[in-house]
Amino acid sequence: MSEQALTENYAPKQSFWKFFMSELKPRGSVLTVFNMISVPMVLLAAVLIVIRFIYGLSAVSNVTQSVPWGLWKGFNVVTGVAFAGGAYVLTFMVYILGLEKYKPLVRVTVLNGFLAYTFYAFALILDLGKPWNIINPIIGNSFGTSSILFLVAWHFMLYIVAQLIEFSPTVAEWLGSERARRNLKRLTIGAVVFGITLSTLHQSGLGALFLMAKGKIHPLWYSEFIPTLFFISSIFAGLSMVIFQGSILQKVFAYQLDSHSDERHNIMIRGLSRVCAIAMFAYFFLKVIDMVHNHTLGYLMTAEGAWYMVEMIGFVLVPMLLFVYGVRIGTPFMIKLASLMTLIGIVLNRMNISVIMYRWDQIPRYIPSWMEIVVTVSILFVQVWIFRWVIHRMPVLRTMESMTHSAQK
Amino acid sequence: MSIDRREFLKTLGVAGASLSGAKALAKSTPEPDAEEFYAILHDISLCEGCQECEFACAAANNLPEPADDDYPDAEIKRQLKPEQWSVINAVETSVGEVYTKQQCMHCAQPACASACLTQAMNKTKEGPVTWTEGKCMGCRYCMVSCPFDIPKFEFDDNNPKIGKCQMCFDKLKEGEVPACVENCPADALTFGKRSDILREAHKRILDDPDSYVDHVYGEYEAGGTSWLNISPVPFEELGFKTDLETKPYPELTKGFLYSVPSVFILWPALLMGLREATRKEDKEEIGGADHE
Repeated sequence: MSEQALTENYAPKQSFWKFFMSELKPRGSVLTVFNMISVPMVLLAAVLIVIRFIYGLSAVSNVTQSVPWGLWKGFNVVTGVAFAGGAYVLTFMVYILGLEKYKPLVRVTVLNGFLAYTFYAFALILDLGKPWNIINPIIGNSFGTSSILFLVAWHFMLYIVAQLIEFSPTVAEWLGSERARRNLKRLTIGAVVFGITLSTLHQSGLGALFLMAKGKIHPLWYSEFIPTLFFISSIFAGLSMVIFQGSILQKVFAYQLDSHSDERHNIMIRGLSRVCAIAMFAYFFLKVIDMVHNHTLGYLMTAEGAWYMVEMIGFVLVPMLLFVYGVRIGTPFMIKLASLMTLIGIVLNRMNISVIMYRWDQIPRYIPSWMEIVVTVSILFVQVWIFRWVIHRMPVLRTMESMTHSAQK
Repeated sequence: MSIDRREFLKTLGVAGASLSGAKALAKSTPEPDAEEFYAILHDISLCEGCQECEFACAAANNLPEPADDDYPDAEIKRQLKPEQWSVINAVETSVGEVYTKQQCMHCAQPACASACLTQAMNKTKEGPVTWTEGKCMGCRYCMVSCPFDIPKFEFDDNNPKIGKCQMCFDKLKEGEVPACVENCPADALTFGKRSDILREAHKRILDDPDSYVDHVYGEYEAGGTSWLNISPVPFEELGFKTDLETKPYPELTKGFLYSVPSVFILWPALLMGLREATRKEDKEEIGGADHE
């Protein structure tokens, strides 16, 4: 039915393919600094990926028998998913709690979440030894249902679909189909409820993956509360990403925004900062309780303890206070700084658990190869390309009316 | 307490079992009859480090034989490899040089099998933990989960396999004993039902308490394994992992898995309730306008 609506509505204007092909063309200058760096890098990564599939993982990656998960899983998947947590938190605030003032942030955050999950699924496939067998846990000829990874994988897939549904009205608007938009919009609340539930479980599930690695992860980072800690930290990781990314979008896509948007944006990020600060306090508190409970305080005096303090004080406690301070004195700069520090703290935490402090006692240590890093960064670059392409064309940051209006001018 | 929990789960599970993985819980806790599993005892005091078991293992599983210069030496620690499923190591101890054998421990409730999302790692009812190539995705979560660090992965292959001891499962089905046991010239390896093997291990310790430490490694480690070791020196001295849990490793994820069906049923109800409670009086259809 919605398909029919689509055809009806755009058909009178021009053929779909003509429209689509014209939209594929780049807008604006092609020779930007970002493109000069990202294009060669992505091409190089494509070559590396071919090499990886011909000669096996060790041709490009430094992962070892004792540290079998490296940068691609630790950063692209485990860290990236936490960063993409903003989508479920914001849809909760807007669609469940009815906090309409955050609505302008929803579309861009859901878009970002959708792209992030899609590309992290891609990174996961790169890392699989036999990716063609990924069909086994999907079609059900071999369900390992007691596996937490099974749960996480399924929630990943279902959440990508949920986010696609949440974003689909925007696509319908872009294609000029009012009827399709209305029909798709009806699915939003279902997708939101389902999406929040899935997110709760897979954000914590990513932490639960490491529960059986007891003894392999340094006691300061291992905890039976890992699932809860991953869930709480995904709240402030996701929102910090929304704040930080928002401050960049405000500059890069300034032409799409009206004169009030800066002021409105600052009000929104102040609200989100409060949420971050509270979530970070809960997180920090739980960490302290966990440390006392597990008698790991003694480790604080070791070298690993110092590294732990860098993470917990430098990149959790300090940014938490900066958020509070930033809200109090009302300077966006302080809030943006706090969000950046929080993001670094999340990278530290996820990487410490999955890679750095995983078999911390093992010699030689796993250190990612330059090729792994090139692929990791390239995945982010392609994500940014698509993100940019969508923002330039679809009503994500602005309304459809303002788009047609500025086009007429 | 655990019964209460199970009852509670059953009640909950009725509602949302298929999606939420409640069925999985029933499956992950088969309460295996560990006493009936096959098991192997390695009596370290009898082992002469001759490597016959390594050669037999290679022959039985179509793996390359150890190289001529690859023999037990107290100076080096030989490692398991994707193509070497059993290694003998020489260890210099307080009673002189002794030999340890490392291979898959075939846990009663293996972490790897509960971690595997395709059931490529599987605990057979006979005792061996086997790996099936056609099911494996190569995600290596089994390696992350295994408390003994046993599964090895062919990182240098475009169609990689996981390599680990299968306890000669094919031979077992034919009524034969594993290749290493069959070929041990020193009678250091004994094969049988786990209950019998365990009794034999304790008997040897009781009969000759001066020659053994009073510890059957594998009786309780990781919830009990199908490889048991007895030794003349404490196992720490031999480099065995002695800080392992005494409960099965899948237990560590049980709390989380139990919470999944609850969240799956309670969250949507809670979210819809919250949405209704905070709704402004019939203001507009959902998301009438996204941008004001």
